[in-house]
Amino acid sequence: MEKLPKWADVALVPLISLILAAVVSALVLLAIGESPAQALKVMVEGALVSPYGWGYTLYYATSFMFTGLSVTIAYHAGLFNIGAEGQAQLGGLGVALVCLALPWPHWTLALPAAMIGAALFGAAWAAIPAYLQAKRGSHIVITTIMFNYIAAALMIYVLVELLRPQGQMDPASARFPAGAALPTLHEIPGLSLIFTKQVPANISLFVALAACVVIWAILWRTRLGYEIRSFGKSEAAARYAGISGVKVTMVAMLISGALAGLMSINNVMGESGRLLQNASEGAGFIGIAVALMGRNHPLGVFLAALLFGFLYQGGAELGLWTSIPIELRTVVQGLVILFTGALDQMVRMMLGVVFRARRLKAA
Amino acid sequence: MDYATLLQILDTTLRLATPLLLACLAGLYSERAGVFDIGLEGKMLMAAMSAAAVAAITGSVWVGLAAGILGALLFALVHGLASITFRGNQLIAGVALNFVASGITVLIAQDLFGQGGRTAPLSGGARFNAITLPFAEALAGVPVIGPLYAEVISGHTLLVYVALALVPVTWWLLYRTRFGLRLRAVGENPASVDTAGVSVVRLRFTAVLITGALCGLAGAYMSTGLQAGFGREMTAGRGYIALAALIFAKWRPWQALGATMLFGFFQALALRQDVITKTIGIAIPVPALDALPYILTVIVLAGLVGKAIPPRAGGEPYVKER
Repeated sequence: MEKLPKWADVALVPLISLILAAVVSALVLLAIGESPAQALKVMVEGALVSPYGWGYTLYYATSFMFTGLSVTIAYHAGLFNIGAEGQAQLGGLGVALVCLALPWPHWTLALPAAMIGAALFGAAWAAIPAYLQAKRGSHIVITTIMFNYIAAALMIYVLVELLRPQGQMDPASARFPAGAALPTLHEIPGLSLIFTKQVPANISLFVALAACVVIWAILWRTRLGYEIRSFGKSEAAARYAGISGVKVTMVAMLISGALAGLMSINNVMGESGRLLQNASEGAGFIGIAVALMGRNHPLGVFLAALLFGFLYQGGAELGLWTSIPIELRTVVQGLVILFTGALDQMVRMMLGVVFRARRLKAA
Repeated sequence: MDYATLLQILDTTLRLATPLLLACLAGLYSERAGVFDIGLEGKMLMAAMSAAAVAAITGSVWVGLAAGILGALLFALVHGLASITFRGNQLIAGVALNFVASGITVLIAQDLFGQGGRTAPLSGGARFNAITLPFAEALAGVPVIGPLYAEVISGHTLLVYVALALVPVTWWLLYRTRFGLRLRAVGENPASVDTAGVSVVRLRFTAVLITGALCGLAGAYMSTGLQAGFGREMTAGRGYIALAALIFAKWRPWQALGATMLFGFFQALALRQDVITKTIGIAIPVPALDALPYILTVIVLAGLVGKAIPPRAGGEPYVKER
């Protein structure tokens, strides 16, 4: 097979995959008698034209950055973490317990504490699958799937039986104290000139951006990152070089779980202000698509998170203003995962033919 | 718990275990051939929607069943294409197909029926109806065995009996035929099968398509047997419970029957809180019962109760030596 130039592999393969996913989505829309052009127009107008739309797009993108990074760091260690969803749910519990524990006077105190709670709970939920993979060789994909379902059951129990205030019907925790509320982009001086209306995007956006930089630094600028990447590339070679597989698996999964848990400062603390059932709403799974689309690089994750933020906000607008069901975004999400993660060889083969033809013509 | 209540619960167990059993056997073929399939859920969902939609339009459950199988086969084909032909990541392909199924079923159902992603309710010939086995009424009077036969074993829809019959069929096919030997070999050591002059690609595709067809039965049973129509996300994680059962059964057909019956029993118990409380004196929360299949599977995976070792070549695309 023709070897592709690096730029084509990094940029062209995901781009073509995305175009293929878009084409198939458009065909689906045509098949159910809707206009793809009209749908795109509604999505762009709802998500990208007004600052208000951006306020939602960035809110979703914040969550997706965290979960995308979570899948990314595990992926570099050769681990496919499907459990970001469960870890994010548990992260939400961590945030709720911290926020409800004290009458927080100001968010600057509450946020670091909640971040620790979120990261600890998320990491703890990843710890058991990680340990079983490292020590017992139990396949991490299967155990993390199981832990997603166990997490869902656990959260229902905790919300209904333990955290639900007396006399309340819906399974949710009490409201967090006012001092634990995070400032939204509308409430931040300077940015409030752009975001003149209340939006859900909040200060966690900057935490997510910082996390992108930190994860990049860990992966490519530290010894740990080197160990993680070499273990992911070749287990045997890494072990021969004296890298401990148990340590890499555990550490990579703990960081991964912590990142997934951290997304809860965005949705639980920043947006709803209390813990709801199924708070992460599938963002953990979107992390898979974001990581694959972003080629498992923090910069790529950032861009892919924005793209999926647009898709989510745009999809919600479709559900509101057109007869296209909101589930369209799940289809697009699935197609992006399919083309970038499973059919990437097909795209490479197609590009290989093109590059080969070009090379032969030049020669 | 008295005998009558036990029979009721066992009856529900059999009904609820059937989709798990069909999906579990489906996964068995694919995984034994070396193609991991976490997309059982999506294939079932697709089949449930196709079956219910076509049954509602044509009024015939048989045409619906055929459509359900076709729908699942279509997804199986994509899965095979991605993971066998293009040697992509089998797990990612499965995850992707689950999402596509979750969304596209609602899109199609909404387009066809306009009822918020549900299909029109089915009745009469558009559903599988209960079959009373011979002598069920005559034997009902016999102590102990009579009611067991009349209430638990008799009175289910056709697909329940098909699912049960597929257990010995699968066992026979897997362990007593040339095809079965090759299927198991291709999951353990594809190179040896290739050396013997048998096509790895064809064998794996056959396995993946059988998986699709059985998922089709499972999904069609959900929407035309167990319930009367399709609703969004109606499989509710059953594809993953089936996957758990497959691991619990260590990829063997008779054990798959046992595992799915056990998990079906948990589901049936979760519906009868009152009985649990009365029998053991304490109330077990429903979420704990829901989580039990997953917890048991993790315990088995951890090797605490015997070790679950997957087929050796599972998850690896086969590259022919050149």
